[in-house]
Amino acid sequence: MPDISMVELVQQVLGGLATGAIYACIALAVVMIYQAIDHFNFAQGEMAMFSAFITWQMIDWGANYWVAFFVCVVISFIGGMAIERIIFAPLRDAPVFTHIVVFIALFQIFNAGAGYIWEFTIREFPSPFPERLPFDTTLIGPHDLGMMAVVLIMLGLIFLFFRFTPVGLAMRAAAASPESARLVGISVGMMLALGWGLAAAIGAVGGMMIAPVVFLEPNMMLGILLYGFAGAVVGGLTSPGGAVLGGFMMGVIEPVAGMFIGSELKLTVALVVIVGILIFRPSGMFGRVVVQRV
Amino acid sequence: MTASTLPGAEMRNGRAPRANPADQLRVLGIRLPQLRRASIIIGFVVAILLPFYLEGFAVFQLTQVLYLSMAVLGLNLLTGFTGQFSLGHSAFMAVGAYSAGIMMDQWEVPYYLTIVPAGMICFVAGFLFGLPALRLEGLYLALATFALAVAAPQLLKYEHFEPWTGGVQGLDLENPGSPVAFLSNDQWWYFFSLFFGILLLIGAWNLVRGRTGRAMIAIRDNPIAASTMGINLSLYKSVTFGVSGVYCGVAGALSAIVVEFIAPESFTFIFAILLLIGMVIGGIASIPAAIIGGAFILYVPNFSEMAVDFFFGGDPSSKALVWISFGVAMILVVYIMPLGVAGFVRQNLRRMAR
Repeated sequence: MPDISMVELVQQVLGGLATGAIYACIALAVVMIYQAIDHFNFAQGEMAMFSAFITWQMIDWGANYWVAFFVCVVISFIGGMAIERIIFAPLRDAPVFTHIVVFIALFQIFNAGAGYIWEFTIREFPSPFPERLPFDTTLIGPHDLGMMAVVLIMLGLIFLFFRFTPVGLAMRAAAASPESARLVGISVGMMLALGWGLAAAIGAVGGMMIAPVVFLEPNMMLGILLYGFAGAVVGGLTSPGGAVLGGFMMGVIEPVAGMFIGSELKLTVALVVIVGILIFRPSGMFGRVVVQRV
Repeated sequence: MTASTLPGAEMRNGRAPRANPADQLRVLGIRLPQLRRASIIIGFVVAILLPFYLEGFAVFQLTQVLYLSMAVLGLNLLTGFTGQFSLGHSAFMAVGAYSAGIMMDQWEVPYYLTIVPAGMICFVAGFLFGLPALRLEGLYLALATFALAVAAPQLLKYEHFEPWTGGVQGLDLENPGSPVAFLSNDQWWYFFSLFFGILLLIGAWNLVRGRTGRAMIAIRDNPIAASTMGINLSLYKSVTFGVSGVYCGVAGALSAIVVEFIAPESFTFIFAILLLIGMVIGGIASIPAAIIGGAFILYVPNFSEMAVDFFFGGDPSSKALVWISFGVAMILVVYIMPLGVAGFVRQNLRRMAR
């Protein structure tokens, strides 16, 4: 076993929590779409990457970071809704297989599209946070801290939205029971589109926050998507809160496991977690068990 | 998937006493079963003669089409006939390729003896990975296999496996040339692969048409009904996963032998996507479609790259354009020809028939 000092462990865990915030974003986005249409969006990571590129482009044109940030969130929201309305709405009753194929196709289109527009070179992405923290610490870097803060604020807003606004309530109703929701006058199709838009926006925030860490390039999200999936599975695919917690857990598991077995097997750790949870506790930590009646 | 949308649903017992009315339909005066038989014979003859009329590199490409088709066929048995999803078949191909490669590289096993063990190893790997399928629905399996495909190249590069796998650099293999005097090396490898290809094709045909095949299709169309009829779902699902693994394993071993080089970067998630594209474009739940799929995977990226180069000049980002068009093509196929090229042909034959 390697020698690990306490400070180092705390650093790793805090850094892990920061990355975990991003996994939590992706996990939440995946779970939101899963709840709406019962499928995993394999293109979630690529959509986030594309959003990050859009922000980069705006900053490159001279926009202020935070202006670009919010414009990008809006663009992603509209883009997500458009994908649902144009591509998925006509396929609502299609078999699972069709959906998976379309997700994979979207994955391809976004990945290669970003490569076509912005090329496959690695770019630096600016961090909006100051170089130095106002207080002295070696435990966590400024970007990590800022990233966590942004994600936590966003998650808080989303919680408030779902808990206290009529639209949030309608969205929850549409996901929980589409037929009954329709009977009380909720436009389920519109709610699905809103869900897609929100998921795309959440993913976009995650993508923009992680881009300074992993550098911007079309393939940057594949590993992050895998960890996001792992987080969603750990937390339970039917529980948004669980998915967020699962994302944070995966963030901590990654560096801690890396300290013991080396970071080259990072993706294998996610594989083992996913398969292990699916075998031993398919509903995840907080998910409810879905019983199918014959 | 509903029974009426997939061609496999019409599959019937070969020994059924009643004649199928569809067999009496005629296209241009030829009965459908005769047409089918004739096209098989023509296809076989063409497959035998083709390498004698082509140049070295074209024959080499045909060999690649052969093993890619086998991998697509393996995926199709799993997805098309049993309704389980795999985004990780690149990993099973990697297992096959590396088993064969390590056997040849480390223990100097002659190449022709590596194929069967590679297939067997992949059966075990597929069976074991399919075990979660006992409890999981197709979607979760897609997720697990997605993780497998993404993690596979990293595992192959892992430093502690390097003495066997050759790490990032992969393995350079060397094979003796053609043992038959009148065949060139390329032609020999073609016929070598063709032999295994035909073997696996016949195997798939018999599997799908028999009792096992009916069970598989029943599982795909309605798992609950299938289990009430006494079909052991978990057994069939994991065995199908194993069989699908065999196809990929043999394909992988052949790729190692023919290309004489294996590296982790050949088996990325992108390759798994390519196999999926091949299957979708060729047509799901159709055995001959595997050949269309294999050819698509090999030729279309090359052709479209050439076309893009021609129209847009040697722009390096033009490759990305090819991949974008792949994505768009997949969505269009799902909308226009949900059963792929094979299903499209079949439907139109039915329509033409009287």
